[in-house]
Order: sequence, then C-alpha cells, then structure tokens
Amino acid sequence: MEYSTLITLREGDICKVARIQAGTTATMRLYEMGFNTGARVQVLKNDRGPIIVGLGGHKVALGRGLAEKMLVARSK
Amino acid sequence: MSMTIALAGNPNSGKTTLFNALTGSNQHVGNWPGVTVERKEGQTRYGNQVYRVVDLPGTYSLGAFSEDEVVAREFIVSGNPDVVINVVDATNIERNLYLTTQLLEMGTKVVVALNMVDEAESREIHVDEKALAQRLGVPVIRTVASRRKGIDELMEAAIAVARVPLNGHVQLSYGESIDKRIEVLKGFLQGGDFRYPSSWLALKLLEGDSYAKKFVFENSNLRDLEEFSRFWDEVAVHEEEFQLEIVDSRYKFVGDITKDVVRRPGVAVETTTDKVDRVLTHKYWGMPIFAAIMFAIFQLTFAVGQDLLGEWMAVAIDYVGGALEGFLVGVNAPAWLIDFIGNGMVAGVGAVVEFVPLIVILYLLMGLLEDSGYMARAAYVMDNTMRAVGLQGKTFISMIVGFGCNVPGVMATRTLENKKDRMIAILINPFMSCGAKIPIYLVFIAAFFPSYGGLVLFSVYALGVAVAFLMGKIFSKTLFKGETSHFIMELPPYRKPTLSNVVRNMWDNVSGFLARAGTIILAVVSLLWVLAVLPLGVEPYGSASILGRIGQFIAPIFEPAGFGTWQAAVGLFSGIAAKEAVVATLGMVYAGVEAGTELVAAIREVFTPLTAVSFMVMTLLYTPCAATLGTIKKETGSAKWTLFSAFYSFGIAWVLSVLVFQVGRVLGFS
Repeated sequence: MEYSTLITLREGDICKVARIQAGTTATMRLYEMGFNTGARVQVLKNDRGPIIVGLGGHKVALGRGLAEKMLVARSK
Repeated sequence: MSMTIALAGNPNSGKTTLFNALTGSNQHVGNWPGVTVERKEGQTRYGNQVYRVVDLPGTYSLGAFSEDEVVAREFIVSGNPDVVINVVDATNIERNLYLTTQLLEMGTKVVVALNMVDEAESREIHVDEKALAQRLGVPVIRTVASRRKGIDELMEAAIAVARVPLNGHVQLSYGESIDKRIEVLKGFLQGGDFRYPSSWLALKLLEGDSYAKKFVFENSNLRDLEEFSRFWDEVAVHEEEFQLEIVDSRYKFVGDITKDVVRRPGVAVETTTDKVDRVLTHKYWGMPIFAAIMFAIFQLTFAVGQDLLGEWMAVAIDYVGGALEGFLVGVNAPAWLIDFIGNGMVAGVGAVVEFVPLIVILYLLMGLLEDSGYMARAAYVMDNTMRAVGLQGKTFISMIVGFGCNVPGVMATRTLENKKDRMIAILINPFMSCGAKIPIYLVFIAAFFPSYGGLVLFSVYALGVAVAFLMGKIFSKTLFKGETSHFIMELPPYRKPTLSNVVRNMWDNVSGFLARAGTIILAVVSLLWVLAVLPLGVEPYGSASILGRIGQFIAPIFEPAGFGTWQAAVGLFSGIAAKEAVVATLGMVYAGVEAGTELVAAIREVFTPLTAVSFMVMTLLYTPCAATLGTIKKETGSAKWTLFSAFYSFGIAWVLSVLVFQVGRVLGFS
C-alpha cells in the first residue's frame, strides 16, 4: 500500500486515513471527528488556504499544516 | 425536585433549535458550529409535570478540547441529569453516534433524537430507527426540531427512560490488550465510592482522561497502591496508542451498526452546497466576495435603516419630546423637571433610540448571514490572512460575533482550543465595532459625510479589523508566543435562513440595545444631568458646572487628537459605562429637545471633518464598555488582563486618533 500525506492529493481523490502525526491533542481531535484509521476521505478542494475534504457526507476544512501530517492511502 | 433533561450532541446538530422548541425559549441559533458556548436552562411542561431542560454546547466527544466542550462534558459527567437527549444529525450519523457511544459507555440514560431527518431523506439517506434503537439499546425518535416534529414523542420517551433504573450498559470490546487492562483496573478500583461504572472509569483512565484521573485519585481508596502505580507506569508508556485504539474501537462499534441500519446513495451527488462553495470559497474570489458581502450589508443598512426609516424615527422622537414638554408646561411642572425630561432624558436617551431602525436592519442582515451557513466559510476564507498575523480562521468567527456585541464576541472565543489563541482573540475582540457604537458614527456621518454613510461605516469597521490584526500579530510575537493551533472546522450545508431565526437573533440584539437605553443609559444621563446643572446658579450644561469641570480636567488629554473640548471628554468617559452613552451625553450637553438635527448641527459647529474622523477612530478603539470588561474578567479569570485590556486599548486609540489628526493637518485637511 502506498502512503502519502493528505496535502499531496488532488481534488476528487479518495483515500483512507492511515495515520495522523500531529501531536496528541490535534490527533485525538481529528480521530474523534471521524478521521480515524480507515475513514474514507474525499478531497474536495486543495489549492490555497485550508484543504476541504468530504467525510461521511459532510465537509470539513483542515489547515494545510494539519493536512501535511495526515498519512493516507490512496484508493484510486 | 423536577427532573433534569440535558441536551447533548455534536456542534450544529440542532440542540438549541430543539431547546427552543421544547421550552419556548428564544436562544440564539445559527448554522455554524459553536453558536452555543454556555449552558442554557429552561423549563418545559409535559403532561402535568414541569421539567428542567439544559441546553449544552456542542461537542464531538467527551474528551473536551476547548472551553465550550468542557462546559458540556462537565454537565454530562457530573451534573447528574436524569436523562440525556442526545441530538444526532441524521445526515451525518456515523460521526454523531461516536458521542452516543461514549454516553452509553458511561451508563448515562440516553434517548436519541434523530434530528434533521427531512434533510437526510432529501439526500437519500435512510435510517432504520427501530433497528438503530435495538442495537443501541435506547429509544430513537425521529425529529425535525426546526418544524417541531417529533417533540412530544421525544419527551414521552425521555420521561419513560428517566423513570426506570438502567439495566446494564453497553459494553464494547476495545481489543485484547485494552480489555485485559480494563479488567485489571476494575480490580484496583473495587471498593471505591464511585458514581460511575468501574469499567467506564477504567476505560477513561486508559484513555488518559484528566477528569477520570483526578476523580479516581481523589475519591478512591485504591487497593494495592504500590502494585497499582507499577501497573500505571506501564500503562502510561502506551497511553497514546491506547487512546487511538479506543477511538477506533468505538468507530468500529458505530460502523457495525450503521452498516446495517443506514442506507445512503452509493455515489455522492453534487449538492447545491458544493456548487455554491465553488464560488464562495474560491481561491481568488473568496476574499473579495466576503468583503463585498460586508460592504453590501453596510450600504443596505444605511439605505434602508437610515435614509428610509431614520427620518421617521427622528420626527417621532421630536414629537414625543415636544408633546412631553408641552404636557409638563401645561400642568405647571417645575422648571427643573421640564429641563430634565426635555434636555436630559429625551435629548440623551432619544439620541440613542433614534438609531434603532438602522440597528434592526444591520442585525437582520447579519442574521441572514449566520443562518445561511456562510459564517463557517468566512472563517475558512480568512484563515490564510489570520495565519499571517499569528491567528487562525476560527478566531474570525468570534470577531464577526463581536460586530454585534463584544460580550458574546469574547465568549465565542471559547471554541478556540489553544490558550494562546484564545487570549489574543479576547484582547482584540473589542476592536470589532459593536452595534452600540453605531449611533456615534451616525451622528458624525450625518454632520460631515452624509452622502458617504455606507462607505464611512464600512471603513470604520475595516479599520477595527485592521487594528485587531495588527495587535494580533504583535501579541503573537511578544506576549503570547507559541504555535498557532490548527484550523479544523466543519462547513455545514447551506440552508435557507428561516424568518423566525433571523428575527429572533435580531431581537436578541435590539432588545438588549433598548433595554440598555432604558436602564444604564438613562441612569448615566440622569447622573450627568445632575452634574451638568450643579452647583446651583451656574449656567446649566456650561463649563462651570461640575460636569464641565470634570470634562475640563480630562480634556487636555485629547487636545493632540483635535477634540480637547470638555463635552467630548465627558462623552468618551461616560462611554465606558456603555458605548451608547457617548451619543446620549453629547445629545444632552449640546442639544435640547430636538435631539436629532440639533445635535448634528451642534456637532458641525464644534467639530471639523478631520476631528470628526479622529473622534470616530477614538470611539472605535478605546477602552471597552463595562459589560465587555466584566466578560473579559470572567473568561480570562484575570484582573490583570482585564486592566491591561482597558488601558492598552485606550493607548492604541489615543495614538491612532492623534496620528489621524496630526497627519491630516499636515496634509492640509481640516
């Protein structure tokens, strides 16, 4: 399985969360918001400013710094 | 004692809408996460009984990362609610059930309100609530809180659950290594006097939960302390690992359930929200659009509130004032009373009330923005800019709230997870020009810039934002160094604003404005009137009165800014009680009964366009009002920072207004 950070993905890409390395607090927060291991995430916007992803039918904006610390597995 | 029903759920799942529907309250609701940051209480009648209902801030988990979540967690964990109504957003059920799982682990009595089922159905998300209820072991009631659907059934279920004792609670498996340790911990915990199931406490300890740790270490007579601490040391090494494993286990539990009870379309269809977001969050247009929206709001506020309705209001106040005076003269009232009513009360309070139409319009427009879902986008669009000055996008929401009033603005900072971010956000919030300052600008606009009302108003607000950014930058480089927290924010779907919400939010602010006019402003004006006519024998409202002398004492401070008159000094000073008092005071000391036009005419005589600008800059930025300072004290818990806020903002205001005046003069303005 190829891992990359969320920030490197492009609009439309779908991936699964593999590992988050953003410090205990931010990691827990993301985990509890549904970015847990295996969660299916779709990149909706990734150009400038926070990245917007779709998660369980809802949109979440994540700071770019955070998206750099999310390891994901691309699924297509 | 009556039963207590607590409302808990994820942010923006509709708890406050449900609370309003249950209790007939008029609490502020909006379509963005983090509207409610405080515990709100109300009552509801069902059958012949009265029940206490507690609305809690939204939270994703019981982990409590920010202050508002702590409020929710504290109440759920130690507030002893008889039953918790867990409001679950049916359109986002997986994540919402995470909190539900945590509630069940704790052994809380829970009823699930499956809310916004209409929206879910329209997105073709179908939830089999009977199956869900069976799997969770608690009642699940379909509701549409905004249309009061399912409210009775919900109450019935909640009461039924609260009445019977709980029989057992959900037991998840967290994987072998954790389950094993839970058992060991349970052994240590036995015999303690605990309100919570020991398996829950054990789980929380493994999760590193600070509340549970404190509770256990303070309340228990842990067995075999020595052995326990050895065990605990070993656990501590794996804490982070355990945390994540436990979260995963909960999501697995949720996933297993939703797999069977939720049907959703295979391919996500592009929603209207997606299309709108394409434009509103665009990488280049996002910011200009935001600025344009704000600008349009001020233009519209002016066009409708002032040009269309303002005139009538002035006429009405003149009429009331004239009639009152006529009546008092008719009944041979003493001269001092006529003077107090006419020149004190009507001129002072009237000068404030005159601007109600404008404030109504402004808040209606802001309400539309709030209810539509745009607020979260504004935070998103601003994140880059905010980051450049050492803040983050979420801070911007507290700033927009501050446009209404700095008291809720300061409280809105509770959603910021990081202490440093929060302190800065609190200290810069008063630079957001609040509704109470509007009358001040309007008087000066009417006197000097009548054709550019919207533009001037927008510029004043923009200057406030700019100063806030600048101070944010300075604070994050000096007093509050450290990492800016990450931006994580849910972008709720756009919704058509509902009239009742928009009107309610407007009334929230306007009624406060009117109430202040009738209480604190009236009190300030009365006090100042007494000071303005004493000692007996001096010319009333003259420089020899007590008020005049106080003003003259302060006035030299403002000399370099161009408005060193005792009237301006007194006005600014009284504005610390409440910002409306600035205009009320000016109205009283400059004008008589016909407050509106006469005050404007008087201002035109004693100020110049340049000093008007410098005075507006001063009022925009100087010391926050008493209510805001009180809130800062409460939220920071520090008298030192409260005093700091009062003085540094005065310093900034003074420097900038002096700068405006001196530079303006050099450039040849007058």
